[in-house]
Amino acid sequence: MKAKVIVTPKKTVLDPQGNAVRDAMRHLGMPEVRNVRIGKYLEIDLDGKNVDLEKRLDDLCRDLLSNPVIEEYSIERLSE
Amino acid sequence: MKFAVIQFPGSNCDQDCIAAINGIAGLHAEYVWHKETSLRDFDAIVLPGGFAYGDYLRCGAIARFSPIMRAVVSDARAGKLVLGTCNGFQILCEAGLLPGALVRNRSLRFVCEMVTTRVEVANSPFMHGCSEGTLLRLPIAHGEGCFFADPETLRQLNRDRQVILRYSDRQGRIVPEANPNGSIENIAGICNHERNVFGLMPHPDRASDARLGSADGAKIFRSMMETINANRAEAGSGPAKQVA
Amino acid sequence: MTLSTPKDFAGPDNFGVLDPAVTPKLVAEHGLTPEEFERIKKILGREPNFTELGIFSVMWSEHCSYKNSRRELKKLPTTGPNILVKAGEENAGVVDIGDGWAIAFKIESHNHPSAIEPFQGAATGVGGIIRDIFTMGARPEFCLNSLRFGPIVGQVCNLPANKDRKLKTCTTIVTNRRLFTGVVSGIAHYGNCIGIPTIGGEIYFDESFEGNPLVNVFCLGVLRYEQLARGAAKGIGNPVFYVGAETGRDGLAGATFASRELTEESREDRPAVQVGDPFKEKLLLEACLELLARDAVAGIQDMGAAGLTCSTCETASRGGSGIEIDLAKVPKREPGMTPYEILLSESQERMLIIAKRGQESVVREIFDKWDVPCAEIGRVTDDGMMRVRNNGTIAAEIPAKPLTEEAPLYEREAKPPVATRLWRVSGGRPTRLWPQNLPKIDNHQALRQLLRDPTIASKNWVYHQYDHSVRTGTIVKPGSDAAVFFVRYANKILAATTDCNSLYCALDPREGGKAAVAEAARNLTCSGAKPLAVTDNLNFGNPYKPQNFWQLREAVEGIAEACRAFGTPVTGGNVSLYNESPAGVVDPTPTIAMVGLIDNERHITTQWFKNDGDAIILAGEIGDDLGGSQFLKVCHGRKEGPPPHVDLAHEIKIQNAVRDLIREGLVKSAHDCSEGGLAVALAECCFNPEKLFGIDVDLDGSHSPAGRQEETCRRHVATVLFNESQSRIVISTAPANLEKTMSILRERDVPFQQLGKVGGDELQIRANRETFRWPIGDLYDDWWNSIRRALENDSSAERIPSL
Repeated sequence: MKAKVIVTPKKTVLDPQGNAVRDAMRHLGMPEVRNVRIGKYLEIDLDGKNVDLEKRLDDLCRDLLSNPVIEEYSIERLSE
Repeated sequence: MKFAVIQFPGSNCDQDCIAAINGIAGLHAEYVWHKETSLRDFDAIVLPGGFAYGDYLRCGAIARFSPIMRAVVSDARAGKLVLGTCNGFQILCEAGLLPGALVRNRSLRFVCEMVTTRVEVANSPFMHGCSEGTLLRLPIAHGEGCFFADPETLRQLNRDRQVILRYSDRQGRIVPEANPNGSIENIAGICNHERNVFGLMPHPDRASDARLGSADGAKIFRSMMETINANRAEAGSGPAKQVA
Repeated sequence: MTLSTPKDFAGPDNFGVLDPAVTPKLVAEHGLTPEEFERIKKILGREPNFTELGIFSVMWSEHCSYKNSRRELKKLPTTGPNILVKAGEENAGVVDIGDGWAIAFKIESHNHPSAIEPFQGAATGVGGIIRDIFTMGARPEFCLNSLRFGPIVGQVCNLPANKDRKLKTCTTIVTNRRLFTGVVSGIAHYGNCIGIPTIGGEIYFDESFEGNPLVNVFCLGVLRYEQLARGAAKGIGNPVFYVGAETGRDGLAGATFASRELTEESREDRPAVQVGDPFKEKLLLEACLELLARDAVAGIQDMGAAGLTCSTCETASRGGSGIEIDLAKVPKREPGMTPYEILLSESQERMLIIAKRGQESVVREIFDKWDVPCAEIGRVTDDGMMRVRNNGTIAAEIPAKPLTEEAPLYEREAKPPVATRLWRVSGGRPTRLWPQNLPKIDNHQALRQLLRDPTIASKNWVYHQYDHSVRTGTIVKPGSDAAVFFVRYANKILAATTDCNSLYCALDPREGGKAAVAEAARNLTCSGAKPLAVTDNLNFGNPYKPQNFWQLREAVEGIAEACRAFGTPVTGGNVSLYNESPAGVVDPTPTIAMVGLIDNERHITTQWFKNDGDAIILAGEIGDDLGGSQFLKVCHGRKEGPPPHVDLAHEIKIQNAVRDLIREGLVKSAHDCSEGGLAVALAECCFNPEKLFGIDVDLDGSHSPAGRQEETCRRHVATVLFNESQSRIVISTAPANLEKTMSILRERDVPFQQLGKVGGDELQIRANRETFRWPIGDLYDDWWNSIRRALENDSSAERIPSL
């Protein structure tokens, strides 16, 4: 199976990079920009497809792919 | 002779550049805030190191849109000497004044150390009096200094002798062990096709006082002054007025 | 003092659904005792509302009030002819360095945030200490840091080959590495981006720091006398500005958090983590310094722990005035924040500025130039109250002086551990360890093992990630005894170091405290500097446990004694208590950061040998006590013994003699003997970054009077090589200067021994009539690549150039 994982800073956590990009976008003629959050996007190819695999992927999203202290993640599973 | 040192928000080598340039007889440097729009009064332009706009998004990606950059680009196109060190090099690449890009160091870590670089092109405008093979000891301090260019660009850079500096060992050999960041072909600094825009990852500003380990960097600023004087002499306007 | 409730006062009930009622349970959750709550009621003349409870809770936490440690801290010497701002008066102490120039410096801990989120915890620690320095009107010039982690290599001392235990050790080591690499990256991220070089420090690894690393960050800034800025709200009617980043729900109640032990539950305290933005702080720094140069500021204070609360009430208290702010005007990042949340937020990169009336436009103009948010949020008043409005209602109203100055002071019970009580009773010092009783090990291997031990090994893997060359002043880079920095515009050369041997402090906190000061001074002396002043960071366990409090008291008394002897007053610092994890309390760590001045460029000295043929001299004695040594810990798995004793008069005599030799131009290198003893010190002297050297030395005293020879030979060979006796400096001198050097040492009545000379490609040591030889390249590889190998893999090791 294929999975897309998106890791973003938690809503309540300051995102300095997002803020700097937001300000730059406003300066460059887009005052409509209200907020920018910058995260990571991962595309993962896996062999097999079952509940156990998904659970282990979820575990690794928590332990490795994101830092649960400041980030949250979402997984989108794509079957081919 | 008056040099402009551009201050972007987040530049942090601007003060070092000013001190290094002002330490050279015949040169005078002034800060130019990034919100300014003209560089008319200056003989050369320096884009210092640092973390302009925090290096957020990509190094130099936001800085290239600062108001002053229009003046930097137009003056560069008109032939004025432009030097970009470290973050300044990254900004010049993002702004399209130099080819290629600087990406994360191969080690994925920031690296701060003294390195040896070898001059690849004799007597370029930024390396007056340096023969090919001259070794310069210069400090580096960057997290994203790995030079990358596609094969065609690389071929052009080599063909047109635009690669000015490469990382070398102390014997001047261009070897993988001497490459601190994974730059393609050990490239440390390049100039544009017209040879008036020069970007390098090492810091000449931090190598302008032998007490700090090297004064080789001062050669670059001095060479810029000589080039400008020589160009003026050629154009018949005589040497530039010296500013104390 | 009683206060009548003002008419428009929105009492606790008026806050509607958002604010909980103040119950004994809520009071306890805020870390306040019933007695402290009574005291609050007396100060207010009524019950506090929820917001006020929060304010008292943070201001009376250990972090802000030092309620458990202040009486001990009073024992430290704080005055001296050079002191311009004393400890406790302001954010950082200020010391005169002559010609109208002064330095402001301070060390501060960020241990608990780093345990929870190492990268951001360490990064915001750096940001915080830098703000403390530029708040004083000083331009920050460099940082140092003192770090402690659990072991990062898989050797476990004295453990039976028990499978479960091994497994547990394995995961702990992975966690320790994660904390270590995270903290290093966090420091690099913040320091490199803001452009302040990190030029030195120290790192130790020990089991006691598992789960509770110590992250102590030091910053030094330079200023002209007349630039000195004060954190006081002066001038009735002066406007109060909030500048810097917007306030979010970051690090809510961080100061209270730092004053508690780390438990399994504190992993759930995670929203308390603040995220640092070094880019924003760089702008804030430049804007503040530009503003301070314009004579528009009456007072300035950074918002660190306890944020807006602490900065408002402290400026009012110092200014002997009142202050009134309106939360509606505070720039906020998130909607719907309550007064409690705004006041207690620990969002980073914020400052409070009391402008001079009429200068408001100057403030706005400068912060606009730097694109830093800036809002006028209140004014200075004359009624001594800290009054917080929120859209017309009053959210809190507390007399500022009692809030900041009448925090309870406690004298906790202090009790030495049983073992110490026994030896104290039997006449002072514990009996020494007899090396003859230790299992036999190969001393040849022992030196290599010590050089590979991450505590002793080169920290190049770390400091190459720190920008240590920005600001073009770093003359002696990380790796030598002390960092040396040239402040170009002031034409002053400063030396700085941080030191503390936590193991000595665990074994004997008083001697350990003395040794930390002595070693710091020795490191400065070796670099050619004269010690000036100290800032200290006291990292201890829960003070309610008598043994921990005893350690604190003993260490402080030891530090006080040593600082008096060296004439180096303590200009301020930080106390971090509750450094405990489920596994236990950390080894007590009173980190000493010391700053010195080098009069002349020619006196700058490094620890490395410079030329073949130079003579090597040990100033001090060979020593004979293995207690508390890294040799016992690393090679025998024993944290034991009385640590080395420091005879302060003797120490000072040796340091003065070596410094004078340096000033005479007789010394080519000087290195202090510390962890690993003389053998490790000699090896380190050979590791010149420009070129490796070999040496040929004889510790049996063949170069010295006959009497000494006998004495040395009676000692156990491992003791000679690895004991950590204090007051020892290895120097090298040109052969032509050898006689003069020795005659000066003799004149000064300093014990010394000529050991041998520089040369060859081996470290060759004769001790106890036994000759040891190590190829210098092998030793260098052990020492240089050890941490890199531990964290990456063997192939990542850097190739060692041949001699």
